[in-house]
Amino acid sequence: MNHLFEFLLRQGDNALVLGHRTSEWCGVAPALEEDIALANTALDLIGQTQLWLGYAAEVEGEGRTANDLAFLRDVYDFRNMLMLEVPNEDFGRTLTRQFLFDAFQVPWLEALQSSSDQRVAEIAAKSVKEALYHLDRSAETVIALGDGTQESNARMQAAVNYLWPYAGEVFADDATDQHIAKKGIAPLPSTMRATWEATVSETFAQACIVQPEGDFAHSGGRSGARHTEHLGHMLAMMQTLQRSYPGAAW
Amino acid sequence: MVGVAAATPSEAQVWAWLEGVPDPEIPVISVVDLGVVREVSVTDRAVKVTITPTYSGCPAMSIIAMDIETALAKQGVTELELETKIAPAWTTDWLSDKGRERLEDYGIAPPQPAGGPTRCPHCRSRAIEKVSQFGSTPCKAQWRCSDCLEPFDYFKCI
Repeated sequence: MNHLFEFLLRQGDNALVLGHRTSEWCGVAPALEEDIALANTALDLIGQTQLWLGYAAEVEGEGRTANDLAFLRDVYDFRNMLMLEVPNEDFGRTLTRQFLFDAFQVPWLEALQSSSDQRVAEIAAKSVKEALYHLDRSAETVIALGDGTQESNARMQAAVNYLWPYAGEVFADDATDQHIAKKGIAPLPSTMRATWEATVSETFAQACIVQPEGDFAHSGGRSGARHTEHLGHMLAMMQTLQRSYPGAAW
Repeated sequence: MVGVAAATPSEAQVWAWLEGVPDPEIPVISVVDLGVVREVSVTDRAVKVTITPTYSGCPAMSIIAMDIETALAKQGVTELELETKIAPAWTTDWLSDKGRERLEDYGIAPPQPAGGPTRCPHCRSRAIEKVSQFGSTPCKAQWRCSDCLEPFDYFKCI
């Protein structure tokens, strides 16, 4: 197994799948400012996807491009966290998911800046500036809605309860993580957990959200072994053009 | 075949030509003022220009590349090597002082290290409030002046 390729797919697919989900709000968000904010967040994520998957394609060396990886792979080839592929449901769940992801992504990308792989370090340095900005906004929104009205608090709590069993997937180290850590390309994801939990607990406390107990985590997204039933539907939308008109370009 | 037009331009000459290429989203500043052009080098074979994106997903990058190519072709540069580099990552510190002034004259508050604009670019009032952390392009946020009541863009500081 090409561990570096796997590792890069995980980074790229996280950004791609969350970027696509976020873009589904374009034109239908609850307020114009939020619509623009979500579209811009999605744009940052798709930009980061191009960097990660572009490098992944080079590392694979089979002549594929970032576009080929995004539009011509099927469900079981994707390596994103399950949390990122579940449907948006409502604005509360979308922003809660963004926050749970950003709270991991910021310390993760900060650590990747000192990767032994120069390209990884460069992509992380570029992406972390955007991730910090996303975290500012997602944390602020989680607090505003959690500590808002009875209705908004109930929706945020429901979102947290739904997402919690997915959130821990990223911290379960596997063979690829071990291999990548040994080479100094990235730290073990499990070492990020304490930082992530500190950010999450502090924000939830301010947001009047009860943090669920337990650290059970669904898995299968990062390895590709078992995605949720939702990813296939998402890809059907996202990939329709390249599936219907293979090789279409403009 | 002579790659570069009759007389090989100097690097300073190429920089001067690039000063004339406006940013496609904010046409009052040039791609040089924006800090998107990182390097220019001229050999007897070709002109090489290195650019960097402001935000990784900025859709203006392909337009910027095309505009640079067109502008230099007009000056007789036929052999252009255009390279995109992401490291070191673009920062608003690279915005020139001239660029900052032009932004404000145009109605866009220039970036501030403190994280928010200092005054309304229209009436200069300091009574301002944030509307949204994001704006019409990836590099901007939306603010509003509570004196003149005009909304305005703020160039995010990164």
